[in-house]
Amino acid sequence: MTPLNRFEIHQPATITEASRMLLEHGEEGGCYAGGTELLLALRHRALQYQHLVDIKVIPGLNSIQAANDWIDIGAACTHRDIERSPLIREKLPVVAEMESHVANVRVRASGTIGGNLCFAEPHSDPATLLLALEAVVRTEGESGARELRVDELINGAYSNSLEPGELLTSIHIPVLLPVQRAAYVKYQIRERPALGLAVVLDTPDGGATISQARIAIGCLCPFPRRSAAAEEMLRGSREEVEALIPQAAEVLADDAELIDDNEGAADYKRHLLGVFLRRAVARALDGA
Amino acid sequence: MTVEFQLNGEPVSVAIEPRHTLAEVLTRKLRLTGTKVSCEAEVCGACTVLVDGLPVSSCTYLAYEARGKNVVTIEGLEDKNGNLHPLQQSFIDEFAFQCGFCTSGMILSAKALLDENPNPTDAEIIDHLDGNICRCTGYLPILKAVRTAATAMENYS
Ligand SMILES: Cc1cc2nc3c(=O)[nH]c(=O)nc-3n(C[C@H](O)[C@H](O)[C@H](O)COP(=O)(O)OP(=O)(O)OC[C@H]3O[C@@H](n4cnc5c(N)ncnc54)[C@H](O)[C@@H]3O)c2cc1C
Ligand code: FES
Ligand code: FES
Repeated sequence: MTPLNRFEIHQPATITEASRMLLEHGEEGGCYAGGTELLLALRHRALQYQHLVDIKVIPGLNSIQAANDWIDIGAACTHRDIERSPLIREKLPVVAEMESHVANVRVRASGTIGGNLCFAEPHSDPATLLLALEAVVRTEGESGARELRVDELINGAYSNSLEPGELLTSIHIPVLLPVQRAAYVKYQIRERPALGLAVVLDTPDGGATISQARIAIGCLCPFPRRSAAAEEMLRGSREEVEALIPQAAEVLADDAELIDDNEGAADYKRHLLGVFLRRAVARALDGA
Repeated sequence: MTVEFQLNGEPVSVAIEPRHTLAEVLTRKLRLTGTKVSCEAEVCGACTVLVDGLPVSSCTYLAYEARGKNVVTIEGLEDKNGNLHPLQQSFIDEFAFQCGFCTSGMILSAKALLDENPNPTDAEIIDHLDGNICRCTGYLPILKAVRTAATAMENYS
């Protein structure tokens, strides 16, 4: 067994204390949540922290709250907490469904949504869906609280825009309007997805026409993104929209920097986009 | 630091360093060698143990996290009279292992499923065991063993 280098674990009582601890230890410290990414990074010496700040012990950071038109998920909620939450299953089933297919049962039991987003690993399911849902992440640090869009938080592969000492505290997701239909589809043959694709379609007439579309893609590019040009193409009658799917997929592929990686070559991912955009639209409209 | 937890139903107190994984503590300090470590990357599931009933990859899970919790390893499955757990028995009866390296993890992962969902469909079993890799059996005997155990466990408590 490959031993980890020595570190200390600190247990903050509050977010403010966690933030202070992180500032105190600077480059030598970091947040520790489920550890499912962090411990691997430490094992492979990609990160060299001597101080881990265990944010799971901060009361309230793993709560899930809801009002009529939004849901708030605490950063320390595990994938499993979210997958099983009756509130989320009722109000945002697309999120519960996506979470139930993240990684494997063990990673879902320990890994948190906050850790997933902050690590900004390019093959994140939640990041892609949350971008299409126009979720806002809340942070707290020395200079106060901020609200960021997912594509403001994640600003590159393995890169986030948090300032030193700043923590992700919760994810605020607007619940879908009655006219909105959403779907998340992914494709994978190994432990991480090769493609993730989310659509949110506004249809005032039960699926016959689409008045507005949001499309987010992830995993096949360094970080999740939307394409205004592709979204514009998916407006009109269902027939018109379906006819334009191949072109919209090309536009999505052109706008994203498709990468060759372990999950496949860029050309292959371009092909996958066409197949899965069609499936996502069908699933959103037909629920199948 | 010292961590205290329940291990297979008995309280234990063990001196650890924060960097020690649960797998290291179980196999090296506590000499319970039934937990196997292979990929050390949370991919294969050989190292699966249950913490408060949930499966975790003990290769990449700090022993620090076990404090105050209830840890179950493969050694904890037989009952007080030495009878194998229905899952252990069904893995034998259905030839659900060859080299046996994945077996502790498979059985514990399957136990987590059956404790929560005593009557799973094949699709649910496959979905749940998706993160447990076996290089020998081709999985079908494992699927069958979990099904057999589910039936047996209806008459077991
Ligand atoms: C085998 C495997 C398969 C996987 N498959 C998938 C998959 O299919 N889809 C998918 O989406 N993901 C997948 N993942 C990623 C998984 O979702 C993440 O590992 C997990 O969610 C990370 O959460 P954590 O709590 O363990 O984070 P940690 O490992 O504790 O932390 C990760 C990073 O985020 C920082 N951090 C954590 N929380 C905060 C916070 N609140 N504020 C600021 N910084 C913070 C830490 O400092 C660290 O840098 C997989 C992971 C593994 C190991
Ligand atoms: S050894 Fe832990 S998951 Fe493979
Ligand atoms: S029995 Fe050999 S790996 Fe499963």
